[in-house]
Amino acid sequence: MAAEVDFQRLTFEYARSPDQDATTPARHPVVVVGAGPVGLALAIDLAQRQVPVVLLDNDTTLATGSRAICFAKRTLEIFDRLGCGEPMVAKGVSWNVGRVFFRDAQLYSFNLLAENGHARPAFINLQQYYVEGYLAQRAAQLPLIDLRWNNKVVGVTQHADHAQLTIETPGGRYDIIADYVAACDGSRSSVRELIGEKTAGRVFRDRFLIADVKMTLDQPAERWFWFDPSFHPNQSVLLHMQPDGVWRIDFQLGWDADPEVEKRPENIIPRVKALLANSATMKDAPFELEWASVYTFACQRMARFRHGRVLFAGDAAHGVSPFGARGANSGVQDADNLGWKLALVLQGAAPDALLDSYADEREYAADENICHSTRATDFITPKSEISRLFRDAVLELAREHPFARQLVNSGRLSVAATLHASALNTPDSARFDGPMVPGAAAADAPVTRPDGHDGWLLRELGDGFTALVFDSDAALHGAALPGVPLKLVHIAPCGDQARAGYLIDRDGTLAERYDLLPGTVVLLRPDQHVCARWRQPSAEAVRHAMRRALAMH
Amino acid sequence: MNLITTPHLSAADDFYEALIDAHRDLTVAQSHALNARLVLLLANHIGTHSVLLQALAAARQTNDESNPRATT
Repeated sequence: MAAEVDFQRLTFEYARSPDQDATTPARHPVVVVGAGPVGLALAIDLAQRQVPVVLLDNDTTLATGSRAICFAKRTLEIFDRLGCGEPMVAKGVSWNVGRVFFRDAQLYSFNLLAENGHARPAFINLQQYYVEGYLAQRAAQLPLIDLRWNNKVVGVTQHADHAQLTIETPGGRYDIIADYVAACDGSRSSVRELIGEKTAGRVFRDRFLIADVKMTLDQPAERWFWFDPSFHPNQSVLLHMQPDGVWRIDFQLGWDADPEVEKRPENIIPRVKALLANSATMKDAPFELEWASVYTFACQRMARFRHGRVLFAGDAAHGVSPFGARGANSGVQDADNLGWKLALVLQGAAPDALLDSYADEREYAADENICHSTRATDFITPKSEISRLFRDAVLELAREHPFARQLVNSGRLSVAATLHASALNTPDSARFDGPMVPGAAAADAPVTRPDGHDGWLLRELGDGFTALVFDSDAALHGAALPGVPLKLVHIAPCGDQARAGYLIDRDGTLAERYDLLPGTVVLLRPDQHVCARWRQPSAEAVRHAMRRALAMH
Repeated sequence: MNLITTPHLSAADDFYEALIDAHRDLTVAQSHALNARLVLLLANHIGTHSVLLQALAAARQTNDESNPRATT
């Protein structure tokens, strides 16, 4: 077995690029700034779409500290499409169940994936340096990605049809030109600052100690959240299992806590001991502190995610408090939204206006994530005496009364935003039930593949537009557009005999999830979001919907 | 559905006495906590979001009429 890479200690090398010796600035279709999870995901997606990418990082290492650790099902499905989901799920700790405690009793538990019939779990916990490490390994397999370490963007100028970047390196400064720039350079984005933009939002007046603690605990892989436990009175605590025997513990400290004092190991150790002493199984477990930091959280975003030739994604565009795991997940979902659009625009198959839809759709998604994260943080950190009064009332009532458990908010966990109002959607003209509305991320479902083996619907989709065609041999000739192929996935109903080239709905789940009747067609975008669906459409109707999904109407 | 503000209590005076009596021997802080729990219990019983929003607006309006803000 190959030795596992120690991603925490991995360093990369600066290497001089030929661009640094060019007589005039070299021109590239896309430059991605920031090789974190979002920039790497975007670069891989573009390379898979045959778009050459220059990916710049101002550093030579992966994430310092475990940082983002909860990766949602939708994000895992994106990583699958990018060819690196499997190692992440193999290494990560899968979980679906969470428990919420008030004082020393459990209020309730929840299961984020109560139904079967999905390839991936609701969440995996995996340290950000692993996620970046696996993405970087995947990127290394793609020659179209030119990853430049120790390349720091220090200047951005915009022109009508390109942006010019000035880059600082150990070997001196140089300029390049890009048709488009994707700024994925994090919450302190230098690209954002260089173009004179800011984020706006609010800061929560509270502080949290986040600690990675290595210990052997006989404790299930579940998200445990405590309000006012006896081992940390009047504050909240959150516990997550990570790989390698590491546990993430968040301790709410209050606004008056001194971060420098609280970060000291001698002050962290008693808190961990108190948590462990709370339980018969955990009491006296030996442990080691791996990493700790004190955070103050904010929910904020840029007003617009597109500025001329520059598109912002991930924390560079928006930030949330972590209760709900909506930061990295929404960032990767930004990349998922942007990759195919940039590729088609660069290939001349779609107009530049398609990139405006990236901003519209992801600003909408950011608002949803900010709303949920803000509500959770308001509940965990009430912002006024009255807010605290109601918060405590909910907790007290929740012990006896089921209705109040619904109001307890320790975090509404990340799910992909349904892009309801997107201009790229074709509204339903027929009656459909269920959640696969135009704008929804396609749900997975078990299928039987033409070769007779078990499969999963999402693995059978291509990288482009896909039409799911149910119980019909409709060929939809003429639906595709120049430079925009359409993959037809024919699906036979559960119980049918195998048909050449058809998937079979393995147990009826697929038809139920999508409300499929014979002849139903569901059109999926390259990012696997539904953009249209019909009962027995003409090819012309499908073509029209494709044009709409490309901002061509 | 609209918020009912016409008489709808089946035993108005009995209710009023029970409400005050529920706070018997409580400190002011405990009373505030009880009121908050009562709001949540009754809100859940009503359930319909639009009715609840109307109730909140009516309560807020009464405040704003009794506590006019000075214009700056």
